[in-house]
Parts: sequence; C-alpha cells; structure tokens
Amino acid sequence: MRLTCVVNGEPREIDGVWEGESLLYVLRERMQLPGSKNACEQGECGSCSVYLDDVLVCSCLVAAGQVEGRTVTTVEGLAPTEDELHPIQAAFVEAGAVQCGFCTPGLIVATHDLLARNPSPSDAEIREALAGNLCRCTGYEKILDAVRSAAEA
Amino acid sequence: MSTVTEVANGIGQSVRRPDGIPKVKGEFAYSSDMWADGMLWGATLRSPHPRARVLSIDIAAALAVPGVFAVLTHEDVPGRKTYGLEHHDQPVLAFDEVRYQGEPVAVVAADHPETARYAASKIEVAYEELEPLVDPEFALSDASPPLHPGGNLLRHVYIEHGPEPGEADVVVSGEYEVGMQDQAFLGPESGLAIPAEDGGVDLFIATQWLHVDRDQVAACLDLPLEKVRFTLAGVGGAFGGREDVSMQAHACLLALHTGRPVKMVYGREESFFGHVHRHPARMRYEHGAYADGRLAWVRARILLDGGAYASSSSAVCSNAASFALGPYVVPSARIDSYVVYTDNPPCGAMRGFGAVQTCFAHEAQMDKLAAALDMDPVQLRRRNAMETGSSMPTGAPINCPAPVDELLRLVHERPLPEGDGAVPGGVANVTRGEGVVRGVGYAVGFKNVGFSEGFDDFSTARVRLSEVRGEPLVEVHTAACEVGQGLVTVMAQIARTELGVENVLVLPADTQVGSAGSSSASRQTHMTGGAVQAACRAVREEWEGRGAIGDGIEATREYHHRLTQKLDAKGQGDAHVTFAFAAHRAVVDVDTELGLVRVVEIATAQDVGKAMNPLAVEGQIEGGIAQGLGLALMEEIQVVDGLVRNASFTDYLIPTILDMPPVELDVLELGDPDSPYGLRGIGEPPTISSTPAVVAAVRAATGRELRRVPLRPDDMIGL
Ligand code: FES
Ligand code: FES
Repeated sequence: MRLTCVVNGEPREIDGVWEGESLLYVLRERMQLPGSKNACEQGECGSCSVYLDDVLVCSCLVAAGQVEGRTVTTVEGLAPTEDELHPIQAAFVEAGAVQCGFCTPGLIVATHDLLARNPSPSDAEIREALAGNLCRCTGYEKILDAVRSAAEA
Repeated sequence: MSTVTEVANGIGQSVRRPDGIPKVKGEFAYSSDMWADGMLWGATLRSPHPRARVLSIDIAAALAVPGVFAVLTHEDVPGRKTYGLEHHDQPVLAFDEVRYQGEPVAVVAADHPETARYAASKIEVAYEELEPLVDPEFALSDASPPLHPGGNLLRHVYIEHGPEPGEADVVVSGEYEVGMQDQAFLGPESGLAIPAEDGGVDLFIATQWLHVDRDQVAACLDLPLEKVRFTLAGVGGAFGGREDVSMQAHACLLALHTGRPVKMVYGREESFFGHVHRHPARMRYEHGAYADGRLAWVRARILLDGGAYASSSSAVCSNAASFALGPYVVPSARIDSYVVYTDNPPCGAMRGFGAVQTCFAHEAQMDKLAAALDMDPVQLRRRNAMETGSSMPTGAPINCPAPVDELLRLVHERPLPEGDGAVPGGVANVTRGEGVVRGVGYAVGFKNVGFSEGFDDFSTARVRLSEVRGEPLVEVHTAACEVGQGLVTVMAQIARTELGVENVLVLPADTQVGSAGSSSASRQTHMTGGAVQAACRAVREEWEGRGAIGDGIEATREYHHRLTQKLDAKGQGDAHVTFAFAAHRAVVDVDTELGLVRVVEIATAQDVGKAMNPLAVEGQIEGGIAQGLGLALMEEIQVVDGLVRNASFTDYLIPTILDMPPVELDVLELGDPDSPYGLRGIGEPPTISSTPAVVAAVRAATGRELRRVPLRPDDMIGL
C-alpha cells in the first residue's frame, strides 16, 4: 500500500508498505529514521515512543495504515536545527543519563510530552510519567536528574 | 615518563560521553540500525522442544515462498559445526539432537523480515521428542542420561582451605536458591553481514569481544581469519549476554550463500532464547562461629544449572567457589561447586559471574549467624572483615586494598531515610500505612577483576599522533567494545592526560587491530585503559625525542596483567588478578497484606581505586544496583519442564523508574598497586551485594527466612 503522512514536519509518501508493518518499522526501515528504537516491539519498553499527531504512542503498536494522513514526530524531529540540541536532549547528555542509549530516544520523547503537559513536575510525577520507559543501564537516577534540569531550563 | 599532564577533560573529570550527542539525537547507529543497498533479512527457526532427536529437515516449502533467497541447515555450515567460548559444544545449526527449547535449527534469508519468518515456519522438521533432563540434581547423578559425550558434569571445583572444620560454639545452616536472571539488555541481538569481493565477509555487530566472536565464526565458515572482519556496531547494553555468539555465524552464512548483505534482528521474545542467562543456583551452607562472633569454619555446596551448552559455565563455577565465603576471614572451609548440563536454557556470563549467587547465600548465613549469636549483623560482618593480606580460600593473599570494614562502616553510619508517605505498590495501594512494615538490611560482597586461573586476557591499543591544520590530533584504535559503560570516554581521557592533547578521536572498534579481550569481568577500563596508556607513553617518548610531530607518530602496545595460576586439585592457587569490593544497605517498606515491597533507599559504598570519570562511576553503580534489586524482587526466567514461560517484557519484569529508589553513594579511591592509575573495575560489585541487602531488609521487616530469590508476594503475606 501507499502511505501518506507528515513526519517531522515533512510530507512523506511511501510506496510498497505491507499492511502488517508497524509505524516503527516504516520509520526505521522505509524512512531512514532509525532513532526510534526497537527494544521489544511488544509495547512494553517505550523505546519506540513518538508523537502521533499530539499523542505520545508506542510506534511498535501502531499499524502503518493508522498513520495515513496524520502527523508523526520522532526524536529526530525535536531539535530546533541540525546543529543544535533540544534542551531536553542537552540535559540528558549533561546529566549522564545516557549509557548505552538504547532507551534514550524514547525517554526524550516521553519527557518532552511530560514537560509539555506539566512544566515543573514533582519527582513522583516524573516517575509516574516515565514508568513505561525501561532503561537497563542507568538505574534511572541520572534520568531523573536530566528531567529535573530540563524542567528548570 | 610517569608524568601526568594536567589537561582539560583528562582522567578524574566527569567528561561527557562523545557518543552522548548522537545518542540523544537518535543518530547513533546501533547494530539493529544497520542498512545496506539490496539487503536481505535473516530469520531463525528454533526448536520448540527442550530435547529431541532431529530426524529430518525438509526445506522445500520454505524455499518455494516468493521472496526467499536461502534456507540453510547444518549441512550448509562449511567448517566446524559447533562453537563455544570454552568448549565447542554448541551447534551453529542443530544436527542429530536439540538440547534446549529455542535452539537454532535453520536460517532463512528473504527480502522482507516477515517473509523470512513466514518461510521459516514452513520448514518441516521431524523430531523424536525425548524426556528432557531438567533437574540439575538428577543431572549430577549417574542415573541421568548423558546429554554430551563427556557426561553431564561440566565442572566440579573443590576447595580445601585450612584444617578440617572442627569445633564451633554456634552452627547455622541453610539452603538457598537463586532463579534464572536475564541480562535484558535493551538493544536486541542484531547485525549486518556483507559479503566481500575476496570471498570473505564483513560483519557489523553488537558484541563484547570482537576477536573471540570472529575466531569462532571463521572456524564455522572455514575461512581464514583475515577474510572474516568484524566491526563493532552500536551496542545497546550487554551485561554478559553478548559474550556468546548469537546470530553472528548465521548472518555470515546467509550473506556468503546469497552474495547479498543480510541483516538479522531478534525480537524481544527471540532475544530471551538468543543468549545465555545467569545460572540458577541451589546452595547449602553451614557456618560455625565462636561465641565472640569470629567465624570458625564454613562448609558450602553449590550446584549451578549450566543448561544445554557449556558457554562460560566452568569459569562461573570456579568463581562461585572462590567467592563462596564472601569477604571474610575464615580459618577453615570446604567448598564444592558443581555445574551440570541439563536441557534448560544455556547459562553463562552475567554481571557478577558466580559471585552473585553465592553472595546471596553467604550474606543470608551471616544474618542467621548474627541472630544465633544475638549480635548486630553489621558488627558480626565487621569483626570478620577481610583486609589486605587476608587469605583467599584459594590460598593466595589479597594484595590490593580490601576496605571491607570501612565500606560497612560507611553504609551503616549514614542517616536512615524518613518516611515520605509513599507506600508499596504506589498510588494503586489504598493502605494508609496499616500492614506496612519497614526493614533495614546490609550486605557486602567482592569479586575478581579480569579473567582468572592463568588466562592471559591482554588488550591492545594503537595510538597515532598527527598534526591536522597545525593542531595535534590523537587517534586511538582498539578492538575494545563500548557497550554503554563509557569506555570511549575514558580512552579519550587517558590519551588527553598522557599526551596533553585536547583533540582525541576514538576510532571504531574492529578486528583490524589486535584483540582487546572482552568487555566483561569489570576489566576493560583496566586492561584497555592500560594498553592506551602504554601506547600513549611510547608516542610521547618518541615525540619528546624528535621534538616534533612531523608526519605522525604511531605506537601499538599490549597490556598484560600479572600472571595468575590455575587452581590445583584442592582448589589452591593464585588464581585472581585483583579484587573489587562494595557494601550495600537497603531500606524497604513491605505491605504484608498485599506482599508488595517498596525499596525506600539504597546506600552503598564502593572502592573504585581511582574514579576515572566520577559521573560514569556513579552511573555504573546505580545501574548495577537496579539489576541487583531486580534479582531480589522480580526478575526470573520461569522454566517449566524445559520450557520458558515468560519470554517477554510483559512477563519478565525489570525495574522501572517507579521501582528504583534514590541511591546514597560513597566512593572510595584506594589506588590498586597493580593497575593503571590505580583504577579498579567497577561494573560488577554493585550487582553483587545489592540483592542480599534488599532481601535482608525484607527479612528484617517480615521475620521470614526468604531463602530464594526473586522473592514472591506469597513470601511476605500472612505474617
Ligand atoms: S519497542 Fe515499542 S514499546 Fe518496546
Ligand atoms: S542507557 Fe542503556 S537502556 Fe538506558
């Protein structure tokens, strides 16, 4: 099938999409946007988090066809320019919240969503909001630091 | 030449990761992100049975699926049909027999991953099912059917330390069990194999040790080493689970067979079958002590389930024996450690490597002993604490700092956290505090750094100094695997410090330079750090001699740690390079009506020798604690009759941000006499004693014996 949507502000038209493919697969394998990660493809880890229109979703759980005519924003679409980082991205680097980094894109998109709804979250609210994003490396302490400092920025 | 230059972003500073920026932008290329023109996708057909004879494999229907380019079985493996880290006992693709559920039987290459998976499901394998051997105790007995030609006993390590155990004022005994833990790294097994014009193959792969992967795969492909070139792709965590080969040989076989690039990416379910796990353990301990609390003797019997293939089981078995007593002075001990083959999933390396299992047991015993002696458990541990010069049960003395007493003092003296109104189970729990009990527990542990028992696990570094537009540039080339731990940062810090040059580039790791050994055993900063240091010093000497960089200065150096010895028949020998120690205190709240635990805080103290990058040290310690907490409270691969019941993140739980408490941290820097900059491996100790500390805290809260991890809600209710 043909898929028409807007990704990170750019209109895209992709041919040859098989109906069974997920949004995550289309992003990673058909649009050269591998930033969204594939840690589980079961909806359990949050590494594939993206915005579908304005809603935070696990892109592995979204069928490609559901995206027809809609808008997707991925981790690649958050920074203001090629050479700059979004303040949340900068906070993750600065706080040491990145180790292997496989969870990082999903956490950054999820944090972006949290701070858009709640610009100064409490620790409990941060934990609640990011509970769907698994990280196996950091023990989450530095991720909390990053979110706190991004909230202040 | 021992001068160390003061330079920005050198060692000892919290330098930010060079790969941090591409990682936060989503631009860092992990092994599952690899892509090539005309690329095919590989898929694996795995055995549904834990034990069966393979009678026949019919690939015709699979080959007929449109879009399929190859279907390969053991008959298509041109070289050695088996591989393995210590023994080549694991088939690349099954022949004759399968020995665990999930064993690879055939591989397919197709133009779409779904086509490849569909075609794999069309392969017809005729199995004759056999009764699986799933009980490690039965596997140890002569009555069990041998799963491998040498029988089911993979290794037995016996340690005879001091005189025969004799008198004691108090004796406590216990049986303990540790479930099968998974590394659960987030980046799935994956890679891209590209056939080369010279008849060889290039593989872009996430692994812990490029050279050992390459050597095993080259033997299976029947190609000379120089035609099998491995380059490290981005690694999404490892924790021991990438020490064994997974899809490496399969992707290379498919690429060579089809003449096209082949990408393989495991899904999460397949990943649970695609790598080895932490050995489940059954342990029986007896501790004798004098009335004043001094340990008199210990008897320990440890049985590890190695699963279907050897992997690194024999080293894990030996480590379990070496560290069976914990960091205590014990005048006499008899230790038997066994690892056996079964038809359960293969087990091998995971962070802590044998010391995790025994630490759970010896720390439970210390608490039991404290209760029997009516002593404070921290006091009891401090009274028996090892120090520099204390003897290992394997006979050799500890030559490095061994601040066991100090670590315990530090975690003990930290103020205890207040109640903060939160309850176990979070907002879903409607309790207002009724039935919620607080407990505090302590544990201390230690382990070896680097490979033991006479193994020379050296590392190699090539360093090149040149001038680019009038500015000096240092390039560091090694085969050492950055798996998330921050090695790329530390290598650059070392080069800056040694050469006083700010601009350092760490080149991609590959097999075009000598082996770096494995990113495991808490060894890589020590070993490859040592090699980078040595190569930099050689470059610097040349630079100072010449007085100019000219057309560049290059040096390649190997770093070898001091030689160690094999263990003799009584388990004696100077087997370990050096040791790392940590202590933990856990504070928990237990809802004894619902069986829920909330870890309120973990306090820890660890000697890191030298904090090469303090921010990264903290990250390693916090992350290691999370894995220890996971083993205490939730993580277990459930295997019933040889079948895995929970191969998903829905059913195999790892700690979330809601489960992890704040970590209060004391870092000691007691330089190691034998390592570069005095640094000491840091990756594993946080995972070793955090588990028993959490369990001790739950014990203190509930009064239950809690002899098995992970704990289950049933263990804590109905007090
Ligand atoms: S990959 Fe989508 S939730 Fe894990
Ligand atoms: S940094 Fe590795 S999973 Fe989070």
